[in-house]
Amino acid sequence: MGGNLLDRVQASLGGQALATDMVHGILVLQIAPESLVTLVSHLRQQHGFDLFLDVTAVDWPQRQPRFDVVYHFYSTRDFVRVRVKTRVDEADPTVDTLVPLYGSARYMERECHEMYGIRFRGNDDLRPLLLYEGFVGHPLRKDYPKQKEQPLVPYRNVQP
Amino acid sequence: MSLPPLTSLPNPIRPAFTKGLTPGSVIVNIGPSHPATHGTIQIVAEISGERVVRTDVHCGYLHRGFEKECESHTWHTLIPYVDRLNYCSALINDFAYCEAVEKLLGIELTPRCRHLRTLLSEYSRIADHLTCIAAALMEMGAMTAFLYLVTIRDYVYEHIADLTGARVTHSYGRIGGLARDLPDGWLRRLEEILDQMDTFVDRVHGLVDRNRIFIDRMRDVGVIGTAEAINWGFTGPILRSTGAPRDLRKDTPYLSYGELEFEIPVGIKGDNYDRYYVRMREIDESKHMIRQLIDLLQPGPVSVDDRRCTLPDKEAVYTEIEALINHFKLIMEGPQVPAGETYSAHEGANGELGFYLVSVGGGVPWKVHCRSPSFVHMGGAHRMLDGYQLADLVPTFGSINMIGGECDR
Repeated sequence: MGGNLLDRVQASLGGQALATDMVHGILVLQIAPESLVTLVSHLRQQHGFDLFLDVTAVDWPQRQPRFDVVYHFYSTRDFVRVRVKTRVDEADPTVDTLVPLYGSARYMERECHEMYGIRFRGNDDLRPLLLYEGFVGHPLRKDYPKQKEQPLVPYRNVQP
Repeated sequence: MSLPPLTSLPNPIRPAFTKGLTPGSVIVNIGPSHPATHGTIQIVAEISGERVVRTDVHCGYLHRGFEKECESHTWHTLIPYVDRLNYCSALINDFAYCEAVEKLLGIELTPRCRHLRTLLSEYSRIADHLTCIAAALMEMGAMTAFLYLVTIRDYVYEHIADLTGARVTHSYGRIGGLARDLPDGWLRRLEEILDQMDTFVDRVHGLVDRNRIFIDRMRDVGVIGTAEAINWGFTGPILRSTGAPRDLRKDTPYLSYGELEFEIPVGIKGDNYDRYYVRMREIDESKHMIRQLIDLLQPGPVSVDDRRCTLPDKEAVYTEIEALINHFKLIMEGPQVPAGETYSAHEGANGELGFYLVSVGGGVPWKVHCRSPSFVHMGGAHRMLDGYQLADLVPTFGSINMIGGECDR
């Protein structure tokens, strides 16, 4: 089933994907950020990938462009998953939002935005979600020190 | 030094709205710590009379940097953190994470480990559903039903503690196997508990299923349809309550689920009552699966014999230098996982629980990302809350079963 799907999707993409591969049972598409929305709506309409599972990023500080933005989709018709990866640069970490296609993207893009600083063009609600208002920096970037503290309320100075 | 006055403290959230849409409506803040929200969550709601016009759901109060912390632990030593994602069914988290790492390593589990993991996953699912239903019923005032369900849940917790040493966060999964095999008499006690569970669950059916008050609060409240549920990323009992028989255990069989016979209970309307009933029926199906698995279990090793991940026998560690070095390397440097990335998903008690792992080779993960069902469900929770009464917010929220640990990570 996996091989079939790979062929079907590959044939229908017509060069939109920079690379396609089958990794641990998941179809992986490497694409350019500009073609994200067209490709994903194609996957959704033509191949039944109707469940937006997840979006996250991977930080490669030594690499140009620095970030991978990684999406996972699931088809509730064929029971297969696809991973869509695109690379964005640190200077302009912007991709288009998928909110018009999937409602669930709204929340998950918010999380990816606060954790990695990826901007989702068109998502008008990128307020902090797991972090708090006023938090400085993006904690899942590799250059954010794990021990760094940003208390919202000053610590109490407890005298023994 | 005394704390600054409350009014001068910064607000950790910025509400999506501060003014009402309709004349005469008021904005109320519910939570983050409220006796009726079973979890630490904040809901800013616009109320017109008793009707909820719109809601803005804020989570994150239990955020503890799970993903960041994982990046500085070895593949093995982060298992206790994984446990704390969904603390009602910690074993499912363990096994989902371990399977993802095993995929990267290319490990095939032993049959006994596969069956045991399946059995314990189902056992945990029962505990999770019992907790969810018990809490939801208690929030509606059904104290007796709550006590019946937590009584049996406590039998389950104590029983799992006999095996793993801990009641709630077990840290029992290991890459390539399990921490230890079953103690003597464990399966006998399991059958006893399953029989007692029948009695307790039947009592709850008798108490609430056809109870007028219960039906009035649950039927046609928090309704969501299949298409919309999929659009908002809902999986698990919420999606099944809409009538869609989508379950990873059937659709993409993993562990031993392909060898088991079971049904996928679905609802009719996608309301609170259906979500309650789907969970109750899933408890029955899980019991059915556990009884099949008890028959399938054969003696054998619980961990693979693979020096890349399994610790050598203690006896050998104390007597052979190779085993000692092996033990030392595994503990100090961690299992050497080849570079690559994988996404592996299990059907958690609340929906699709996925782990996306990136390895650059070596004993420490480059990235561990958890796709947690509760977090996604919170993104669409407003679809089930808006338009109903303020009092409906409590049972609807209870039936979604938000688990702070996995939502906020």
